[in-house]
Amino acid sequence: MTSRLPTGSQTVGPFFHDCLLREDARRNILAPPGVAGQRIRIEGCILDGDGAPVPDAMVEIWQANSYGRYNHPVDSRDLPLDPQFSGFGRSATDEEGAFWFETIKPGPVPFDKQRNQAPHICVAVFGRGLLNHLYTRIYFADDPATADDPVLALVPAERRATLLARPTEVDGSLVYRFDIILQGSAETVFFDYQELEQLR
Amino acid sequence: MEVTMAITIGDIVRGDRAVFPPYLYDAYRSTIRRAPRRPLIEVPLTLSELTGPGPAISAVTPEDADLTRNAGTGGEAIGQRIIVTGRVLDQHGAPVPNVLIEIWQANAAGRYIHKRDQWPGPLDPNFLGIGRCLTDAQGVYRFLTIRPGAYPWKNHPNAWRPSHIHFSLLGPSWHTRLVTQMYFADDPLLPLDPIFNALPTEDARRRLVASYAHDVSEPEWALGWRWDIVLDGAAATPFEDQQETQP
Ligand SMILES: [Fe+3]
Repeated sequence: MTSRLPTGSQTVGPFFHDCLLREDARRNILAPPGVAGQRIRIEGCILDGDGAPVPDAMVEIWQANSYGRYNHPVDSRDLPLDPQFSGFGRSATDEEGAFWFETIKPGPVPFDKQRNQAPHICVAVFGRGLLNHLYTRIYFADDPATADDPVLALVPAERRATLLARPTEVDGSLVYRFDIILQGSAETVFFDYQELEQLR
Repeated sequence: MEVTMAITIGDIVRGDRAVFPPYLYDAYRSTIRRAPRRPLIEVPLTLSELTGPGPAISAVTPEDADLTRNAGTGGEAIGQRIIVTGRVLDQHGAPVPNVLIEIWQANAAGRYIHKRDQWPGPLDPNFLGIGRCLTDAQGVYRFLTIRPGAYPWKNHPNAWRPSHIHFSLLGPSWHTRLVTQMYFADDPLLPLDPIFNALPTEDARRRLVASYAHDVSEPEWALGWRWDIVLDGAAATPFEDQQETQP
């Protein structure tokens, strides 16, 4: 079959909320009671190049369950699936640029046949003024595996801290803080993906 | 072009440079303080990106695809009724089934129901401007709606967005995620729109434009528009490769 060029991306604009964040489409809470794993809350803000909050953005996340299994047909490894846990989250930002999720800490997932990746959460950022969404990742600053992660190893050392969520305890529950800086000296690391052909 | 200032086009792009817009495109002013300025980090696709949420919303009903009536008021939206249909394909041209498509749009007068849209265009009580559906086994989606109107925005003097429908697609993987906008072939505002023109080539822009499709039009009922969408990256083939490598 002929190869086709993909359809280009356009900004989500300012008026997506009634559609993408309607009650049954937003998903701040990924893990209802009963889902296995260590329960965590993720909180952060999105800031622009002036350090101003971005109040009209949307954050989506995708993660494995606590056993490191993705709820997706491509992940056919013999690990438990939790039918109550899809691994997908979608949050608006509020007037302060803040977003949040309640989830469980993901397990490690494979990088290649030899190596695992450290526990991480995939993040996509959408907003007015973003002609294409941004991809980044949340890693856990207090997880010893983070230091050996093969994707993080591709990030210049001085920028890796922008991908680390930092643990705090708020009212007895574990909260990881992860801010997303769109632009500037502390700019978050955003990813591009190599063409599939280069992986073969 | 009405935009006569020199346009600064950033060199930071995610994906194919012949297809995807730069993050910085200062004719679209909102990019100036929001575009990343440091190089993106190139990383390989892993299981994390080759999987994805799939159609994450389970309760999609046929009524969700009829924007002329889904306000639930019993009344019908005002405007030119249109059928918008097409196929979602991968880069090999194979249909992609079970993609969740979420759409939103202005009403026939160019007004969103959104609280931040306050220009004095009339609201239509029978029109919410939101819809969704799943692609079928042939990758086909179909919406019944009304043709959206153009609307003003404050990007530059006398700025008007061309008629458009916003599309969000949750495809087979995290890497195929797409948010874009569909435009109409006969719209005189297209050459004046910085968002549309942020796409790097004539060909990339053309592929955001729906064509009038007389075979889709229904007599005494609605005009037809056809628009196919091609998802980037991780198509069926690498998925199969990956599964073959599983022990
Ligand atoms: Fe719009």
